[in-house]
Amino acid sequence: MNFTLHVWRQKSPQDEGRMVTYDARDISPDTSFLEMLDIVNQELVEKGEEPIAFDSDCREGICGSCCLMINGTAHGPDRGVASCQTFMRVFADGQEIYVEPWRARAFPLIKDLVVDRSALDRIIEAGGFVSVNTGGAPDGNALPVPKTDAERAMDAAECIGCGACVAACPNASAMLFTAAKVSHLALLPQGKPERRRRARDMVEQMDREGFGNCTNYYECEAACPKEISVQFIAQMNREYLAACLDGSEE
Amino acid sequence: MNLDPHVPSGPLAQKWDKHRFEMKLVNPANKRKFRILIVGTGLAGGSAAASLAELGYNVESFCFQDSSRRAHSIAAQGGINAAKNYQNDGDSIRRLFYDTIKGGDFRSREANVYRLAQVSVNIIDQCVAQGVPFAREYGGLLFNRSFGGAQVSRTFYCRGQTGQQLLLGAYQAMSRQVRAGRIKMHPRSEMLDVVVVDGRARGIIVRDLVTGQIQSYSGDAVVLATGGYSPVFFLSTNAKGCNVTAGYRAYKRGAAFANPCYTQIHPTCIPVTGDYQSKLTLMSESLRNDGRIWVPRDGGDHRPPQEIPEADRDYYLERKYPSFGNLAPRDIASRAAKEVCDEGRGVGEGGRGVYLDFKDAIARLGEHTIRERYSNLFDMYHHITSENPYKAPMRIYPAPHYTMGGLWVDYNLMSSIPGLFVVGEANFSDHGANRLGASALMQGLADGYFVLPYTLSNYLASTKQTPTPVEGEDFKRCEAEVREQLQRLLSIKGKRSAQSFHRQLGKLMWDQCGMARSEQSLKKALNEIPAIRDEFWHNVSVTGGEQGLNQELEYAGRVADFLEFAELLCHDALDRDESCGAHFRIEHQTPDGEAERNDEQYSYVSAWEYNGVGQAPTLHKEPLTFEEVHLSVRSYK
Repeated sequence: MNFTLHVWRQKSPQDEGRMVTYDARDISPDTSFLEMLDIVNQELVEKGEEPIAFDSDCREGICGSCCLMINGTAHGPDRGVASCQTFMRVFADGQEIYVEPWRARAFPLIKDLVVDRSALDRIIEAGGFVSVNTGGAPDGNALPVPKTDAERAMDAAECIGCGACVAACPNASAMLFTAAKVSHLALLPQGKPERRRRARDMVEQMDREGFGNCTNYYECEAACPKEISVQFIAQMNREYLAACLDGSEE
Repeated sequence: MNLDPHVPSGPLAQKWDKHRFEMKLVNPANKRKFRILIVGTGLAGGSAAASLAELGYNVESFCFQDSSRRAHSIAAQGGINAAKNYQNDGDSIRRLFYDTIKGGDFRSREANVYRLAQVSVNIIDQCVAQGVPFAREYGGLLFNRSFGGAQVSRTFYCRGQTGQQLLLGAYQAMSRQVRAGRIKMHPRSEMLDVVVVDGRARGIIVRDLVTGQIQSYSGDAVVLATGGYSPVFFLSTNAKGCNVTAGYRAYKRGAAFANPCYTQIHPTCIPVTGDYQSKLTLMSESLRNDGRIWVPRDGGDHRPPQEIPEADRDYYLERKYPSFGNLAPRDIASRAAKEVCDEGRGVGEGGRGVYLDFKDAIARLGEHTIRERYSNLFDMYHHITSENPYKAPMRIYPAPHYTMGGLWVDYNLMSSIPGLFVVGEANFSDHGANRLGASALMQGLADGYFVLPYTLSNYLASTKQTPTPVEGEDFKRCEAEVREQLQRLLSIKGKRSAQSFHRQLGKLMWDQCGMARSEQSLKKALNEIPAIRDEFWHNVSVTGGEQGLNQELEYAGRVADFLEFAELLCHDALDRDESCGAHFRIEHQTPDGEAERNDEQYSYVSAWEYNGVGQAPTLHKEPLTFEEVHLSVRSYK
């Protein structure tokens, strides 16, 4: 297959970025999107030109490193996958493909398609954990957890932290990301003692980082490679409201 | 070179307790005076950083990814072993210990493995307390499944994403300490050298991957938790970024490298489809709980799998290993797959594949149950191959996955450089010549949560050190050497990309030093590697400059290390003139093709000392002594 790529190139945050056109020739339909970019990059390197910078690591959809806006859709046209698990067979031969970085105020650009997503780490640091030190934990079976709660917690915990929800949202909101962690821990007995404080601190950090608010577009759920449900946002809102009304954990 | 393993005296089951009592402690008020540098934030590095920070130490953590949550432990799928015996099926600490020693083909250190089995039970408790959402029964208690090399169900799991959930547990514990100010996190930072001052590891040289700046960090101890080196084969199940650089550069500074030839080839991966591929994808071993592995009975049978009747199928693992069947250990299952493909009975394009069939399990349990257990793995297979595994069997083939070899460490997880500790896959200690499934997660977390916090404290309490400012001569010299190599890479301006060299090296290693090795193939590899390396240093094209984000420069440095390390790996494979575990020398096999060990001559750990690029390294031997285990022929029949 052959494709015409229009790729965002920007040397540094100070540089004024631009779209640059590249040809991708003789691509097997079984090639992943990132492997297709690898092929284009190899040609650039052998010509002595700087290759397109993009983040990737595990290339099996779980590490959350890759983050490409492909034809205006976070992670591309295939549902329920990250950019690395998007395969060229989903495109038409000869198609023009536009590749851009995640765009959000809270994700400053570093170079080309690479952005700084450390704001998401800071949201977790604000309270996305159970305060338990190593050692002294009770037996794993001491506290039964209903299977349905464990499954639902796992549905939320699957978040890979890629930031597609932010990139897809017209408000660049990180509500789905934050809600996934708030809900995961609130659903389990181990996370319940800190649930109010956690919801309040994480939401406040999210606001401080410059993410927008949720106005129910649901673009986040559509873009999420793990198809995490927006219902968790409703759960987070309940947790947050309860935290605001209940000052006991100040 | 001092290779005293420092194994405590006394009966095996009491060594760790006794050692814990004998080790020195650091007074709580004094802990904050120590600074510990930890490279890598996977299960081992993340759990170590969190635990040490909770104790009150100042921790600085480094990872090359953009967030510590993305370390490659995240990709582990199947599960984590623990001797909980929740299933009442005969498990015990001793059985987990014995399975692990036997699984490693009696090439690991007895005392380390026993300790691993002991602390395995604490890991599950710790992770549950952190909120790791393990699979549960309807009654609310923890559920288990089986993994290879064991006849009990002791594997805990979170769907097909166990590594992700355990890593997020450690990441969240770290995040809590970042918030508390006890961990300083350095993402997008690559360690390029260890600084040894007066014979002790006192710091590291790091390249900030965003600015390109070379920076020195000084501390009271250095911990490497930098994972394995499977990408020496180019195609592997590892992440693109996995590399040997941190461990190899420590080796060049005097740390012994142990058993580099023990490389695990995982039996169930999606087969190679073309030369554009950047990596291979694992299909979890847990699938072998319900999937049956087979090939056509006769070569040249090209009918679609559904049309091949039972009588014309060969369920070769069930046939050859009736007591373990499809749950035979990885090394054995991989070699069996290679054997049937070598016989011309392989399936799929190129004939390098075997079927993993869920037809019977779906008929027995229903598609719903299979979906509940493995849906994300089936989806991943579907996305990659565009074939539906609920309807047709998966096609799988072995691929490089894990490396049992690593930097040599003693019982305290300290390398041959005092003050340099090595944890997780980066060390060599617990898996011998072959690792059993669901044991990597166990070892990473055992090292980080429950071993290192004790042994590192003991080191700090019993060592008198003076501060070593980064302005000192040792740091400046190392910085200059690191800069010089980067500039050298940038100045070549050749015609070939670093990736093309990596691919060339990987193919050579896979063909000559992969699933089957011989004196002849290893000598061929040792002959050809220097030529590839020479061409690399004359003809590699590294674009861009030293400043700012330069992914080609990062990658070229890693490939340069693989080009030296590959030679070490082959030297080790050549020296070990026996077959054991994943190391299969075709000269040494039983009449029915099983690995043939030579305990009289090779019951030792090979610890290699660096002598310079292209120079043969010096072999040191740590004899393996077994007090409790009787060395037997490893049989899964």
